[in-house]
Amino acid sequence: MAVKVLIPTPLQKFTRDQSSIECEGNSITELLDSLEQSFPGIKARLCDEQGQLRRFINFYVNSEDIRFLDGQNTALQAGDEVSIVPAVAGG
Amino acid sequence: MTQVAQTLPLNQPSTQTAFTGLKCKECGTEYEAKAIHVCELCFGPLEVAYDYSYLSKVVTRETIQAGPNSIWRYRAFLPVTSENPIDVGTGMTPLLQANRLARRLGIKRLFIKNDAVNMPTLSFKDRVVSVALTRARELGFTTVSCASTGNLANSTAAIASHAGLDCCVFIPSDLEAGKVLGTLIYGPTVMAVHGNYDQVNRLCSEVANSHGWGFVNINLRPYYSEGSKTLGYEVAEQLGWQLPDHIVAPLASGSLFTKIHKGFQEFVKVGLVEDKPVRFSGAQAEGCSPIAQAFREGRDFITPVKPSTIAKSIAIGNPADGVYAVEIARKTNGNIESVNDAEIVDGIKLLAETEGIFTETAGGTTIAVLKKLVEAGKINPDETTVVYITGNGLKTQEAVQGYIGEPLTIEPKLDAFERALERSRTLDRLEWQQVVV
Repeated sequence: MAVKVLIPTPLQKFTRDQSSIECEGNSITELLDSLEQSFPGIKARLCDEQGQLRRFINFYVNSEDIRFLDGQNTALQAGDEVSIVPAVAGG
Repeated sequence: MTQVAQTLPLNQPSTQTAFTGLKCKECGTEYEAKAIHVCELCFGPLEVAYDYSYLSKVVTRETIQAGPNSIWRYRAFLPVTSENPIDVGTGMTPLLQANRLARRLGIKRLFIKNDAVNMPTLSFKDRVVSVALTRARELGFTTVSCASTGNLANSTAAIASHAGLDCCVFIPSDLEAGKVLGTLIYGPTVMAVHGNYDQVNRLCSEVANSHGWGFVNINLRPYYSEGSKTLGYEVAEQLGWQLPDHIVAPLASGSLFTKIHKGFQEFVKVGLVEDKPVRFSGAQAEGCSPIAQAFREGRDFITPVKPSTIAKSIAIGNPADGVYAVEIARKTNGNIESVNDAEIVDGIKLLAETEGIFTETAGGTTIAVLKKLVEAGKINPDETTVVYITGNGLKTQEAVQGYIGEPLTIEPKLDAFERALERSRTLDRLEWQQVVV
């Protein structure tokens, strides 16, 4: 099932400068694997060795922070918008 | 609207500045001084790096004192290369000895750093924006932007006007009227977003990916945040070139707090002040206290919250520098406390009634936390304590309306005045409004 993923500038060199891509996955965890298949190397930037999202990366599904949802297990549906945003901003 | 590809070469300080580039605070990777804010490898925050041996050779107390009466007297410590940075008189705000407030609280040596009268828009944000827009101009931006809880929008719009830069700001749609009007007047494009600050912030990060604008607190954040160091420098200079024993400051993203700390450390490093322990205590509103919660629970990570407080200017549920603020409070033997909305209003009133300073909700939070820390024995009465008041109460009038009474309305007759005066002496002021004189 295809979801739209917004890619932050520091990762756009993996996505051939695209700021928005289509990707597959039933959850954030699956989406991360699917991203890696399409754009090799990207997962290591997003996750630590245990596959957990890095401390300075936030994921949003339809504008909601996944820490208010089900974390990396948050379910995805076709047409959802997933935004990857560096945590350090604002203030 | 796009950025010119003209940047400083890595590790080559110009003769005018000690800043050498950017460095990841987490993994140490170095970057050129471009409009970037996070590390490509670990997404850690990028910080400006300086050549401190060069600084200690060229900067003395005298060279600083000979500089302008603004933040630019500390230009050597700021990440700009311009001969003529944007100077709108920002900084060098009063450091007031607050004897009446100190007596009321039961401590001896208390100072207020009063950025409620900072120029040009009456909050500490003018410091960070003066630096960010100077750097934006150096990097070739012609449009500047920000995600704001109000004060930053005021400041970015005002200083952009002065500098002749186009401006588009983003705010939550439920801000206080004074903060919205105080932005619109400068003529920027204002996007009032249905959502809280954290949602505004996320949206701006997405906009920054695709528009070549200089977002002061996103892609220009490493430069912008350095402006807050001047709150450390000024206090040290105004105390007679020495550090205080304890500071209390509001916490929103946590950036201000960490940069005051950096400012003190830098002055020690280059020999402008003697080293000594300074305790750092932070203030949050209970309705948005993710940093206070992490501190209380001994965590080294922040769990985001959804804000619900009158202290909108510090209502950041997902604070970027929260972990660093917790780290500093712990290592300096300080505290991070929170207070409820009623205590915040009382804090605003207490500062006004004892020191003649009308602060906004963030300042009320800070004063209320100061009081709470004193009552809990967490501030030593003999410590030289500096409290940072970062914004002006005229911008958040809604917060105190209904809590400060009404004027006594009288006929222009002497006996009406005498009767009203008698009433005012016998009734509590909040009762006046129910009394016909």
